[in-house]
Amino acid sequence: MEAFAALVAQVDDPADLKNIEAASGAGMAYGLAAIGPGIGIGYLVGKSVEAMARQPESAGMVRTTMFLGIAFTEALALIGFVVFILLKFA
Amino acid sequence: MFGLEFPPINAILRWKDLFPTFNKIALIAVAAAFIGIMLFLLASRKNPMLAPTGSRNLAETSVDFIEDGIVMQTLGKSGLGWTPFLLSLFIFIFLCNIPGIIPILQMPATARIAIPLTLSLLVWVVYIGTGIKHQGLGYFGHLLWPPDVPTALKPLVGLIEFISTIFVTPFSLTVRLMANMMAGHILLVTFGLLTESLLLAETNQIFLVPMSILPFGMLIFLTGFEILVAFLQAYIFTILAAVYINNSTAGHGDDH
Repeated sequence: MEAFAALVAQVDDPADLKNIEAASGAGMAYGLAAIGPGIGIGYLVGKSVEAMARQPESAGMVRTTMFLGIAFTEALALIGFVVFILLKFA
Repeated sequence: MFGLEFPPINAILRWKDLFPTFNKIALIAVAAAFIGIMLFLLASRKNPMLAPTGSRNLAETSVDFIEDGIVMQTLGKSGLGWTPFLLSLFIFIFLCNIPGIIPILQMPATARIAIPLTLSLLVWVVYIGTGIKHQGLGYFGHLLWPPDVPTALKPLVGLIEFISTIFVTPFSLTVRLMANMMAGHILLVTFGLLTESLLLAETNQIFLVPMSILPFGMLIFLTGFEILVAFLQAYIFTILAAVYINNSTAGHGDDH
């Protein structure tokens, strides 16, 4: 982080500085937004596989519910991705 | 930075208008609607007494998939009347998604916010309308307060439920579809660019050029992955629409 700050301090051109800030902020935003959903989806799918292995006859129902859960969890990461696009390009 | 110039976002997601107010996205959307309608019209012309072939086979498979995979799982037997609506949603979204990996087109129409937003507003109107139709104005009471909420918590719960049903639901439906397709599209662009810039690199380290096989392999893999995503996103959008409709018909928190 210090090395990065030293690198930024050398930049004179304000437009470059703005680009650097936008790019690093965007990367940080997406990286942070991906942590929670990553853990969440891993846990969710793991538990669903456990349930399907225990009761293969209920696999269809478990799968539907799993996709629903994934859709809700994934939305958080996707909002992070939208923030990434807005920071980087807007 | 690494001799690789990523194009501005407008170059990736935007085309010149074919003529004013009609661009490639609109063209893909119109084509998707047309192809979907033609497929089912053709299928309906065939003799239902014979074993299904061709377009009828495809149509019957997709109707079966919507009935068994979505309607029966969420709305139950009494919701079979919703099959046509959900089927049209599914087919249209899938046909809008799949141009993302079709050569020449190479753009999912749902990667721009217009189509996802319109579709989620449609779903929003439908599930609120269904709620009013099934429960009268009491629907708004059910919408705000699930049964057995302590009186002290009613203002807080009411506010949260109101915001989540009226604003967050259509917003998350829109963003889920749009961001998924846009992320996939940008991923494909990135690996395409990497392949191209390695292949055409002006360098004296000649071993770099054959290395372009690596991003190319990833590009092929991701193209396959995008087919899965296109299908999955259409499925998820449809099943969520079914779940929201079910919430309006059954009332809040009722076991169905």
